[in-house]
Amino acid sequence: MNNSRKWGTALLAVGVAATLAACSSGTGSTPAAANKPLTILIGSSGKAETAAVQAAADSWAKANKTTVTVTAASDLGQQLGQGFSGGNPPDLFYMSWDQFQTYASKKYLEPYAAAQPNKNAFYPALKKAFTYNNTFYCEPKDFSTLGLIINSDKWAAAGLTTADIPKDWAQLETVAKKLTTADTVGLSFGAEYARMGTFMNQAGGSLVSKDGKTVTADTAANVAGLTEVKKLATEGVLKFPAALGAGWSGEALGKGKAAMVIEGPWISGLKLDYPNLKYTVAELPAGPAGKSTFTFSNCWGIPAQSKTATETESLVKSLTADSQQLKFSAAFGVIPSTISAAKTYATTYPANAAFVKGNDYAVSPVAFAGAATVIADFNSKLESIATVDPKAILAALQTNLQTALNTANGK
Amino acid sequence: MTSNTLPRPGNPGPGNRRPGRTGDRGRGIRGGEGRYGWLFTAPAIGIIGVFLVLPILLALWVSVSDWGGLGSPLNSQVSFVGGKNFAHVLTAGGLAEKDFGTSIRNNFWFVVFVVPLQTALALFLAVQVNRRVLRGRSFFRTAFYFPSVTSAVAITGIFAFLFASTGTVNSVIAALGGAGPTWFADPRGLFHIVAGFFGVGDNPPALSASPFLELTWWQWLSGPSVAMCVIIFLVIFTTSGTFMLLFLAALQNIGVEVEEASLIDGAGPFRKFFSVTLPMLRPTLFTVLTLGVIGTWQIFDQIYILGQGKPAKTTLTPAFLAYQASFKDLNWGDGAAISFILFAIIVSLTVLQRIILRDRNKERLDRSMSRLLAAEKATPVGGQHP
Repeated sequence: MNNSRKWGTALLAVGVAATLAACSSGTGSTPAAANKPLTILIGSSGKAETAAVQAAADSWAKANKTTVTVTAASDLGQQLGQGFSGGNPPDLFYMSWDQFQTYASKKYLEPYAAAQPNKNAFYPALKKAFTYNNTFYCEPKDFSTLGLIINSDKWAAAGLTTADIPKDWAQLETVAKKLTTADTVGLSFGAEYARMGTFMNQAGGSLVSKDGKTVTADTAANVAGLTEVKKLATEGVLKFPAALGAGWSGEALGKGKAAMVIEGPWISGLKLDYPNLKYTVAELPAGPAGKSTFTFSNCWGIPAQSKTATETESLVKSLTADSQQLKFSAAFGVIPSTISAAKTYATTYPANAAFVKGNDYAVSPVAFAGAATVIADFNSKLESIATVDPKAILAALQTNLQTALNTANGK
Repeated sequence: MTSNTLPRPGNPGPGNRRPGRTGDRGRGIRGGEGRYGWLFTAPAIGIIGVFLVLPILLALWVSVSDWGGLGSPLNSQVSFVGGKNFAHVLTAGGLAEKDFGTSIRNNFWFVVFVVPLQTALALFLAVQVNRRVLRGRSFFRTAFYFPSVTSAVAITGIFAFLFASTGTVNSVIAALGGAGPTWFADPRGLFHIVAGFFGVGDNPPALSASPFLELTWWQWLSGPSVAMCVIIFLVIFTTSGTFMLLFLAALQNIGVEVEEASLIDGAGPFRKFFSVTLPMLRPTLFTVLTLGVIGTWQIFDQIYILGQGKPAKTTLTPAFLAYQASFKDLNWGDGAAISFILFAIIVSLTVLQRIILRDRNKERLDRSMSRLLAAEKATPVGGQHP
C-alpha cells in the first residue's frame, strides 16, 4: 500500500514535469537552423481546401528542404487571438477581410506586401481591402463575390426559362413567388449585413462616405434596400436558413428547401454532400441605382517581427503565383486574386463567369478596425427584419458605427 | 463574561499543565510540525499558485491595462489605465455597455428559471429513488445521473437536432396538430409573448425608460427568449442528476428513527417532508443552490455550441461575451473586466444566499448552548481538563 503510493507519487511527479517541459518548449528555444519548419493556420472550407493548401506547401517545402505543417482551424479568429496573446502565432495564416483592419491597427501584422515584386498583379479592390494607413499589408490569396445561385430543377419545374433570370428587384420578386411552394421557399440567404448589404448598395446606399470620415447608414437609399428585403420576407418568398432547418443557405439549396440563394463560388463545395444538385449562377439583380455585389477576400498574413519572415515571404510568393492559384481554383472553386489568373479562370469555368463579372462593380463590405462588433450587433437585429422597422435599426447602426469610426480614426 | 478562565495556548491555566508540553524544555516531539506541514503542502501550494493565483492576478492586471493581446501583458509598452475598461462596459453608453447589459439580462433570467427548477427536480428525484419500496432503485439512480456524466457537448449536439426547426420536437408538435416555433431562431422573450396575448404591443411607452446598462424596462422584463428556454431545459436536464446525488447522500444520513418518531407523532407524508426532511437537508440545500448559482452564471459551453449569442443576442451571456471581447475582438481589457464583474456578481450572490439560508434556530440554540457551557466552566471543577 505504502509502496504503491510512493510509486504513484513518483509517477505523478514525472508526469507533471513532462507536461510542464512540453508546454515550455512551445516558447521556442530550438536552435536557429537554416530551414526552420513552418506552420500555416487556415480557416478551411473543407477537406478539399486543406489538402490543396498542404500539397502546395509541400511542393514549396521540398524545393526549400524544410517542412510546412498546415493546420485547419476549427475557429480561426479564436486560435489566432490565442496564438498572438501567447506570443506564439503561426508563421503564416489566413487573414480575413473583416478582421484585417483590427489586426493591422493593433500592430499584429507584418506589412510585407508593399515590397513584393508582384504587388501590382492583384485587383485594386483587393489591394484596397488589405491596405491600412496607406500601406499594402498582405497579399490577397483569392476572392469571392456574391451571385444568385438557382436550383435548375426547381427553376424548370416552375416553368421558367433562361429568359426569366431576374435582372432587377421586380423580376426577382416575381420569380421568387413562382418558385415558392409548400415545402420550398423561393429565396434564401443568411440574415446578415454581408448579404442584405448588397440590397442597400443596389439602392445606391453605402455605410461610410467616400472620404471614410462619416457614417451614412441612415440614408433613404439604405432604408429602401432593407425595405425591399423586408417586403420579400413578409410575403413569405424569402426565408432565412435557420427557419429552413439549415446551417447556411447553401445547405437549404442542397436540401431543396430553397430554390434560389445568394452565395459565392464556395457553393461548388455542395457537390460533395449533394451530388445530384444542379444549379446555375447569375449576377445579382440590379436595384434602383444599378448593380452591386460584395467581394470578400482573405490574405496571407505574416505576424509582425516574425523570425521566419524571409522564408514565409518566399512561400507566399509561390502560393500567390498564377499557376498555383489556378490549382486552388480547380480544387475548391475560389477565384484567383491576380487579374491575369482570374481571366483564365473565367474562361476555364464559364459556369462561374458571373462571379468574376461581378468583381467589375463589387465593393468590399465595411470593415474598419472595431467595425466587426457593430456589424455583429446589426446582424443580430437583421435576423428579425420581417418584424422590425428598417429605419430604426439603421438609426441605431448609424450611432454605433459613427462611434466606432471616430475611435478608429483616432478622434 | 468569564471567558478569561478558558485555557489558552501560551497562558496555560493551572489545570492545563502537562509534563513535556510547557515549552520550557524545547520544542519536543511535535516541534517540527510546522516545517513539515509547509514541506508537504508545498507541491499543492506551488501548483495552485502557478495555475490559479498567478493567472487571476495577471487577469486582474489585464483588466486595468491597455494590453492589446500582443506579447506578454507585462511588457514595457503596456500601461495602466485604471478603471477605463470597467467604465467602458458599465457606463460609457456605447455598444459595449449595451451588450453587457443584454448579457446580464439574459443570464439573470436563465438563473431565475434554472436554479429553482433544477433544485426542486433534483430533490424530487432524490426523494423518489430513496424510497424503500421502489423496485429497481439503482437502475433509476443510474438513469437520472446519466446525463450528468455525459459530455455537455454531446448532449447539446443532440438537443440541437431535437429542436431544429424540422427536428423531432417540432415533428411531434406537428403530429399533435400544432406548429412549433423555430426554436433556435426565435428571439421573442417569454414574457413578451405572454404580454402579447393580453394585447400589449412592442415597447409600451410606460416601460420605455432606460434605468441602467442601456436597456429599457421593456427589454429588461423580456424574460428568457424561446431559444434560451431550450438551453434552460437542457441545463435542468443535465445538472439535476448531479444534485440528485447530493440530496440522496443527505437523505441517507437521516436516520430511520427520526422518520419513525415523526410518524408516531402523527405526521403525514407532506408534514413529514416539509417539517422533518427538508429542515434536515438545509446544509445540502445551501450547497446545491450555491453550486447552481455559480454554475448558471458561468454558462458557456452550451452557448458556444448553440448559436454563440444568436438569435438577436438573446443567448449572449457574460462568460461568452468576455470570451468574444477577448479572443474575437481583441479587446482583452474589456474581456477581463467583464470576467471580474461576473466574479463579483457570483461572490455577492453566494454571500447573500448564505445570509438568507442561515439557520436561525440553530444559531439561537448554539448561543444558548455556549452560554450554558461557559456557565459550567465558571464553576470550579478541580484539575479536570475540559
